[in-house]
Amino acid sequence: MKIFKDRIFKFLIIIFTIISILPLFFIFFIILKKGLSVINLNFLLSLPKPPGETGGGILNAIVGTFLLIFIASLISIPLGIFLGIFLYEYKKRKIGEICYIFIDVLQGIPSIVIGIVAYIWIVKKMGHFSAFSGGFALFLILLPIVIKSTKETLDMIPFDLIETSLSLGITYPRTILKVVLPCGMSGMMSGILVGIGRISGETAPLLFTAFGSPFLNLNILKPISSLPHLIFTYTMSPYDDWHRQAWGCALLLIMIILSLNIISKIIVKKWKIEF
Amino acid sequence: MENRILKIEDFSAGYGNLTILKNINLEISKNKITAIMGPSGCGKTTLIRCINRMHELKKDAFHYGKIYLENENIFNMNPVILRRKVGMVFQKPNPFPHMSIYENVLAGYLINGIKLKKAEKDIIVEETLKKVALWDEVKDKLYLRGTYLSGGQQQRLCIARTLALKPEILLLDEPTSSLDPKSTFEIERLLEKLKENLTIIIVTHNISQASRISDYVAFLYLGELVEFGKSEKVFTSPTNKKTEEYLSGKFG
Repeated sequence: MKIFKDRIFKFLIIIFTIISILPLFFIFFIILKKGLSVINLNFLLSLPKPPGETGGGILNAIVGTFLLIFIASLISIPLGIFLGIFLYEYKKRKIGEICYIFIDVLQGIPSIVIGIVAYIWIVKKMGHFSAFSGGFALFLILLPIVIKSTKETLDMIPFDLIETSLSLGITYPRTILKVVLPCGMSGMMSGILVGIGRISGETAPLLFTAFGSPFLNLNILKPISSLPHLIFTYTMSPYDDWHRQAWGCALLLIMIILSLNIISKIIVKKWKIEF
Repeated sequence: MENRILKIEDFSAGYGNLTILKNINLEISKNKITAIMGPSGCGKTTLIRCINRMHELKKDAFHYGKIYLENENIFNMNPVILRRKVGMVFQKPNPFPHMSIYENVLAGYLINGIKLKKAEKDIIVEETLKKVALWDEVKDKLYLRGTYLSGGQQQRLCIARTLALKPEILLLDEPTSSLDPKSTFEIERLLEKLKENLTIIIVTHNISQASRISDYVAFLYLGELVEFGKSEKVFTSPTNKKTEEYLSGKFG
């Protein structure tokens, strides 16, 4: 009877695992099937043709995505690590707990709402759409991810290590900077990379901030395109060639996110510090 | 007492409502090994944590009374400077996991941003590792992580890390309790050698260890110092009944 129950349980686990992984394989399959034929060097390295014409590429969106990620990371990584350390220091006090709740709330805000906020705060003030406002919207999404991964990593570091450092006559700030942070580096890095993966796929906050642009643009005060945004506009268009290109774009985006995730796994494995 | 380095005067300490140490008076002699013994929870660890002011780092910690290091009250000193003079080695070996063996020995200098020339660093590392009898075992792998070593080697590395700062007093909190007999023996032999230049205070659960290495023994019971004296005397003819019972294994 016991063996029978064991087998049923094992069977159920396998079934449920297959059911939950199956959609992922379908998504991969369809995107690979439709996207792989589109991607070639010309597709990656040329700018879009005017609407209706066939050919052209998505260089503007690739550059745009990296520029937006760069802007968002530039502000949120230092600020997020700093705030993460603050929360770690103040975790046992009221103010720390309250801040943590706020950061949870910030993380829970739907991305479209963050887009609207960035629109009101920056686009309206500046009077035009810009890469900067898109980067700002992504920064608001990335910030709580960086803060939480920093704090949670630091929480895992044993207090013994801090005591040891203090017992060597090392000052507290130096203990945090030179002992606690380096020991938590791999966890923090992987949290940041997963966060970047998350924002590189965001579309909603870019709709009315970065806005999209068919030109190659490196000026952060001008509108800029991005991969998810390009997928959105191309899919909504009436042109077959653009539909095809949207698939290629989707494949590229998935590849970028997947590689970020894999890199973060490798970092955790390679840099992992055993206590 | 001749050559006194540390004097603990009417000292009490604890956390919140809990008083752990009650009115301790104790004098520690220079270049001797003083063992602090007693049953679990009697305040041994708290006592030595007070000597380098690690006790006050815990939440709700309090203390009354004075501790003098060579006539200077340690509670008037900068704790960072004090801790360089009074080094501590913990129960569990804990080399910095992100540093190599070489860097671990120098951790007190490197992390504090004290600049040293390469030649000075090499000298400190070699001298200190020789002092703890680890040099021959690790001289070819100085750039491996400290955590790569065995438990006993790690603990000697931790002692080296503390010694590198040239402290006057070395506090050891049950340094051999997580080690095998061979490593324990090596560390005991090491401590006997180190006392030529250093005062050692060791907390231990191990009665035979205390009798092997210590010159003086302090016996704590429920936070009070019930017996203190030369080891030969305490181990052969204790004056206090509790000490006698503890030494004969009636409780512990």
